[in-house]
Amino acid sequence: MHKSPRHYLGVGSWYTIAIILGIVFAGPFVWMLSSSLKPANEIFVTPPILISPNASIKNFQEVFRQTPFERYMFNSFLVATTVTVTALLLHSMAGYALARLEFPGRRLIFLGIISTLMIPFYTILIPLALLVKQLGWLNTYWALIIPAIPHAFGIFWLRQFFLGIPQDLEDAARIDGASRIAVFFRIALPLARPVMAALAVFFFLANWDSFLWPLIAANKQEMRMVQVGIQTFTGEHGNAWEQIMAASVIAIIPTLLLFFTLQRFIVESVKMTGLKG
Amino acid sequence: MATSTAKAPPRRGLRDWLNHLSGMDRDRLEQAIVGYLFVLPDLIGLLIFVAGPMIMALVISLTDWKLVGEPQFVGLHNYEIIFKDPKFGASLGRTILYTVSFVPLVYCLSLGMAVLLTRRSRSNNFFRTVYFMPVAMSLVVAGVIWRFMFDPGNGLINELLGAVGLPPSQWTGSVQTAMISVIIVSVWKSAGYFMIILLAGIQDIPTDYTEAAEIDGANRRQIFWHIILPLLKPTSFFVLVILTINALQAFDQIYVMTRGGPAYATYTLLMYTYEKAFREWNFGYAAAMAVALFAMVFVLTLVQVRYFRSGEIRD
Repeated sequence: MHKSPRHYLGVGSWYTIAIILGIVFAGPFVWMLSSSLKPANEIFVTPPILISPNASIKNFQEVFRQTPFERYMFNSFLVATTVTVTALLLHSMAGYALARLEFPGRRLIFLGIISTLMIPFYTILIPLALLVKQLGWLNTYWALIIPAIPHAFGIFWLRQFFLGIPQDLEDAARIDGASRIAVFFRIALPLARPVMAALAVFFFLANWDSFLWPLIAANKQEMRMVQVGIQTFTGEHGNAWEQIMAASVIAIIPTLLLFFTLQRFIVESVKMTGLKG
Repeated sequence: MATSTAKAPPRRGLRDWLNHLSGMDRDRLEQAIVGYLFVLPDLIGLLIFVAGPMIMALVISLTDWKLVGEPQFVGLHNYEIIFKDPKFGASLGRTILYTVSFVPLVYCLSLGMAVLLTRRSRSNNFFRTVYFMPVAMSLVVAGVIWRFMFDPGNGLINELLGAVGLPPSQWTGSVQTAMISVIIVSVWKSAGYFMIILLAGIQDIPTDYTEAAEIDGANRRQIFWHIILPLLKPTSFFVLVILTINALQAFDQIYVMTRGGPAYATYTLLMYTYEKAFREWNFGYAAAMAVALFAMVFVLTLVQVRYFRSGEIRD
């Protein structure tokens, strides 16, 4: 094990640096929550108030009264969940076929899929918007869900995983008379659970946080996703920072919950993006 | 196994059908059928929503497509104007300025944090979680919160500056500091994420190397510069490329914090492309800009792929 920098920095200065960085990274979360509970006249005061004696949930009630924030949340939930579930099913099927099944053109198909990783989203933004408009999908869930599903990244990672499962497990099931489809659903898929969990968290967060596409594809009030909702709310309520902060708190509660309950999988998914190839 | 066969009628149907085929390699046929069946949904999706639009982007960039009127084929005209368009040049310049500040800042900060927290321990786990927390926040919310803290009047940051005797700043409100504000937010949002990647890279370095160096009397600084950093090269390279690609596409936080202002101070390439397409409805010209930006990212990706290929051979 590498020796910790504590040994040469000295425990004291190590902690000082670690804590200062901690304040920098956690501070904005604390300030957001603190401000969301304050009355308007305590937002900009010198010195700043961290814990207001007049704290209340009034700002949260105001947010829901003025904007259909529950609708934004529902939209984001529906879209992020549907995309995640569908993507996991389709990508694991494709990844399995590309890893474990022999069929003509397999290599070519795999290369084709991988090469789409090079296409940045903004390059296809305009044609995609025109396509979705042509299909009559603007301001519908279709526009938010369907284009978000195909993603070579997930296929790639599941294929990598399926390449590594032992042939014996499959063979045993095949001897018992199981078909290829049954082997996939009963043997391969259950083994892939940890990879799928990491990918699920990744897909959910990516869709919950996505902004540019929902901004273009669904900007009608009842179809807004939560990030677009926050942005419009900020635009419309200019200086009502206490309410804007309340809206922000609402918007990050689901991802924070995910963060603290499934952190292991989030870290896994980050490492997956990092340890390529 | 009779019970399990009865449970899955579709499979039985397929097998029954396969049983009727004589003289063919049944398993190979089954693999091919299931293989295509499994790959097809994703393949169609990628063709319609990724590959197709990519080709369309190239085609649109060769036209003068606007919201109204028939699009005309104009050849490379859009690309010719791009290079004469001062607004394109200026936003490209700002994008590069953003990139060359953002990338090294995030890299150094996240590497520093990874080194600080390399050892597995309770307190390190705690700090890792804290540094990683911005991952749980969208760029939009991060932009909103920091805009609030950067308030040119009595925002929290100015209050803190005042507390230590420093003058307040206009932050997002002034041409001089708007870009710095945007960069600070972006670094804050990304550092923890890349810390995790670099941490995984550092922990993958066999301890034999560092221990051997220690026995030879190397101090911690020497071990960092001569052992950890060189062995971390593949991870570092990957991180730097990803950071650069991300930086070239910065949008959400800028849109939320400054909308490209004040006076175009944070008006990046993607901001310009977005407005050309969805404010001015000039699809042809915007598509040409998107393709130009793609070309830059493409070169970076090729460099990355090349590097990883050579890395594999060495290993």
